[in-house]
Amino acid sequence: MDFKFTEENLSRIESVRKKYPDSKAALMPVLYIAQEQNGYITREVMDEVALVLGIKAVDVLGVATFYTMYHTSPVGKYHLQVCTNVSCMLKGGYEMLEETVKKLGIGVNEVTPDGKFSIEEVECMGSCGTAPMMAVNNDYFENLTKEKLNEILDSLK
Amino acid sequence: MAKMAKIIIDGKTYEVDSSKNLLETILSLKLNLQYFCWHPAMGSVGACRQCAVKKYRDENDKAGKLFMACMEPVVDGMRVSIEDPEAKEFRAGVIEWLMTNHPHDCPVCDEGGECHLQDMTLMSGHNYRRFRYKKRTYRNQYLGPFLHHEMNRCIQCYRCVRFYRDYAGGDDLNVFGVHSSVYFGRHEDGVLENEFAGNLVEVCPTGVFTDNTLFQHYTRKWDLTSAPSVCVHCGVGCNTLAGERYGKLRRILTRYNGQVNGYFLCDRGRFGYEFVNSEKRIRKPMLRLSGENRLSEADEETAITEISAIIKSSRKVMGIGSPRASLEANFTLRSLVSERNFYWGVPEQEFSLLTKEMNILRQGSIRTPSLREIEKCDVVVILGEDLTNTAPMIALAVRQSVRQVPVQSATPYKIPHWQDAAVRELVQDEKGPVFVATPYATKLDSVARTFRGSADEIARLGYAIAGAISSDAPKADNLNEEVCVLSESISKALNKAERPLIIAGQSLKSEAIVNAAANIAYAMRKAGKNVELCYTVPECNSMGMVMMGGKALDQAFHAVEKEAMDTLIIMENDLFRRDEKQAVDRFLKRFKNIIVLDYIENATTERATAIIPVGSFAESDGTFVNNEGRAQRFYQVFVPNKEIKESWRWVRNIMVTSGMKEFSRWKNLLDYTQALIKEMPYFTGIDTITPPPGFRIAGRKIPREPYRYSGRTAMHADKTVHEPKPPEDVDSPMSFTMEGYRGQPPSSLIPFFWSPGWNSAQAINKYQIEVGGPLHGGDPGKRLIEPLPNAKPSYFTDVPKAFAPREGEWMLVPVYHIFGSDELSVHSPGVRELVPKPYIMLSPDDAARLQVTSDSELELGIGGQVERLPVKINLGLRPGLAGYPVTLPGMSVVRFPVSVKISGVKK
Ligand code: SF4
Ligand code: SF4
Ligand code: FES
Repeated sequence: MDFKFTEENLSRIESVRKKYPDSKAALMPVLYIAQEQNGYITREVMDEVALVLGIKAVDVLGVATFYTMYHTSPVGKYHLQVCTNVSCMLKGGYEMLEETVKKLGIGVNEVTPDGKFSIEEVECMGSCGTAPMMAVNNDYFENLTKEKLNEILDSLK
Repeated sequence: MAKMAKIIIDGKTYEVDSSKNLLETILSLKLNLQYFCWHPAMGSVGACRQCAVKKYRDENDKAGKLFMACMEPVVDGMRVSIEDPEAKEFRAGVIEWLMTNHPHDCPVCDEGGECHLQDMTLMSGHNYRRFRYKKRTYRNQYLGPFLHHEMNRCIQCYRCVRFYRDYAGGDDLNVFGVHSSVYFGRHEDGVLENEFAGNLVEVCPTGVFTDNTLFQHYTRKWDLTSAPSVCVHCGVGCNTLAGERYGKLRRILTRYNGQVNGYFLCDRGRFGYEFVNSEKRIRKPMLRLSGENRLSEADEETAITEISAIIKSSRKVMGIGSPRASLEANFTLRSLVSERNFYWGVPEQEFSLLTKEMNILRQGSIRTPSLREIEKCDVVVILGEDLTNTAPMIALAVRQSVRQVPVQSATPYKIPHWQDAAVRELVQDEKGPVFVATPYATKLDSVARTFRGSADEIARLGYAIAGAISSDAPKADNLNEEVCVLSESISKALNKAERPLIIAGQSLKSEAIVNAAANIAYAMRKAGKNVELCYTVPECNSMGMVMMGGKALDQAFHAVEKEAMDTLIIMENDLFRRDEKQAVDRFLKRFKNIIVLDYIENATTERATAIIPVGSFAESDGTFVNNEGRAQRFYQVFVPNKEIKESWRWVRNIMVTSGMKEFSRWKNLLDYTQALIKEMPYFTGIDTITPPPGFRIAGRKIPREPYRYSGRTAMHADKTVHEPKPPEDVDSPMSFTMEGYRGQPPSSLIPFFWSPGWNSAQAINKYQIEVGGPLHGGDPGKRLIEPLPNAKPSYFTDVPKAFAPREGEWMLVPVYHIFGSDELSVHSPGVRELVPKPYIMLSPDDAARLQVTSDSELELGIGGQVERLPVKINLGLRPGLAGYPVTLPGMSVVRFPVSVKISGVKK
């Protein structure tokens, strides 16, 4: 599979790059752009990122595999991140996670066969005051209950 | 004088240096404490949590708190405990979880028996593993011919990436992943690009990175017979430990020398040793019997008798010495043929450039630094040397000097310099002033400001710098703007420096560069500034050669033209690497007998009428002088078949048999060394750099084998059931056995580093006066060059003219390769894999003009001959120059300076 940034993303990268003293520093936002375009970050994507930024592939690999927010394998159209850290755990985070697993019929770190959903168990997302919570892609859903969770999942097409 | 502090460790009071961290201090006191991530050359990062000790507030504090010793500065009145039960339990616990995923595969691990992890585990007392789960496992990578990768054994101390990236400047090794699955490697399989990667063998505390050349002929490390040696692969003279078993040299390790190479070696030095085991080794004398054309094997006695007879019946015998042979070997040959008929087998150009370097250092009142001192210099100007390829360890030292200025910024924040992570965070990418002027782009460019030009242009830059520093220094005229601006800023940096250094050498075959470097130093001196000057030299005894003095190869060529000689003795020298083939051919044709002493077959041995098998560095004793003028002694590691003897011993035996009876009193190496000193008082003192052969400690010799050595009663059982008598060593106080003195030997006689509980290279701590400092008894070797303090140097004035490219002609510049340019290491299979194919280097503009791209073939017209070579494009090269890799296998030998015609090959 060949990966190339779209023209639009290339110009986004250009403006991101201007914010930093050197290209290496722009690596994290550029990886996000890549993930947004490709869904997840393959070795080809990393090589392209290295090429575009003029840095070593070995440094891209180091960063991409360090942060769990970069996916190195495919995720669903809706990537569900359910928090089970302390506050959420106390307020039922594990139940939310179990409910999600049950409803979708897949395990944690798995993708539904239709490619629509994937589940990830995450640590604190900074939303303790409204625990338990879950993020669907970039949106937070807070003060969850089982009912609310089912509603949300049903609404996602 | 360092500030002292009184500290209390486990109830005992010690007076210690307060500029160190607590771990270093504890180790310097020769106490035991476990550690992983700290390394004496790389400072502290506090990553592994292994070095925990209890620290108490005051004498009333009984509980204390755990601290990481490597992160604690030493403070006066400090109270700590290593033995505290809680601290001990913590350390045992840390090692247990560091090893949750470790495969516990010591019995099949190459590191076993010399493993820091094993030592630390034992020391911590951790012995039962409670982890019952599945371990994570990794796929290993192919990292090239030198290193073997076994990632499962990693304990995540991060030393490898810190050495590789931060210390050695490599950028193709990194750490990936997070949590319990971090991985240290390349982004894909491939040869590690850094020239110092081999040090990972010693830097990694476990068996992740191990010596792949040893793996190819593996033996347990405690089964090695080892001796202190000196690297023979360039002129820097790094100290090594060479180990043998079953008549094969198995590996090279760093021999710590606080003044020379410290804890490290370059990969040429570490992995080039396998030429000793090469199939091309000469192991028996070869003679041409009367009436025969071919050489046939002879025994030792016959060889001596025959060769002595030849010498006796010869009217004139000429001897050719070598900069890769020891002082003693060259001196003995010189004694045989007499000073008048002794010549050095190197071209006049090289010989006189090296002589010039030596004279400048000797008379110029400019000091030359040791390798370790280069690390401490804060501004470095490099003229004409591609250091990574001509003197690799100097390049590594320069990489450290780059940090000298930026690191100072930590002082106002009260961050001690050993706080490596904090200091690097503060310094970021800032680099101290280093200037590299070379014809083509080099690896050191990444830390330097660069200048590109021909040898003459580089020399002109040097003159311009000198002129900018002191108004009375001769100036170069018609300088272009680039040189004006650059020389201004270099002179400014030099003026501001505390410890500036100029590095040059003879690699570009330019006298003007050698002179210009001296002029900069002289100008600094005149301006009342401190300055040091370092010259590189090409071979392990090049400096020894010019110190002995004499005549060069060109003069030998002339001598035979004038007067007929019948016999030629060439010692450890392949003349076909030294000069153009026709010239050497013509020379050799003048002799009836050509006697060659060497250890490896080469073009010169092919022309011999008699060949004598001599010992390589591993089978000989002798003295070399490195580029700094440091005389260093190397020792025989093992005794191969009896015909292989030191060159000097062979030559002496021949002398005695041919009637020069007075030489029969030369019995052991010391006799030769002393005779040499008598004739050349300049070498005074080299006989005492190491104890004499009769030296004993408590009546005992120093054993070359550790007391763990195994199998000696059985290892020869296939040949004899009796245990053979070990060979005698008359030249040194060392034995070829495991018997002898078990304590620490004098610093020049250390055959291996070992201390109870410390089986890995980390045992070095116990051999030093303080961690990272000199060895007990002083670092071995003796500096023979000290400048004359009252000398009034006078400037050189040979400012060359600006270089004007000529249409249709290219000026060749020599190009060097760490793997390829050295004669001996290319016989090692691993190095051989990395030797580039012959090529010619062109600038992008010239390549475009000739309409060629990388790898397309070109025709090169040199002095009537035509060579065909593929092109490599170097972005730094100036148009009008072409890079010609010298002494690379497959390339011809040319005399510089030379201009050539280049044209594309017509399809
Ligand atoms: S590979 Fe070796 S040096 Fe690198 S982190 Fe692992 S144990 Fe430490
Ligand atoms: S720098 Fe030279 S002397 Fe030192 S290890 Fe390398 S080749 Fe040997
Ligand atoms: S050696 Fe101190 S924390 Fe690693």
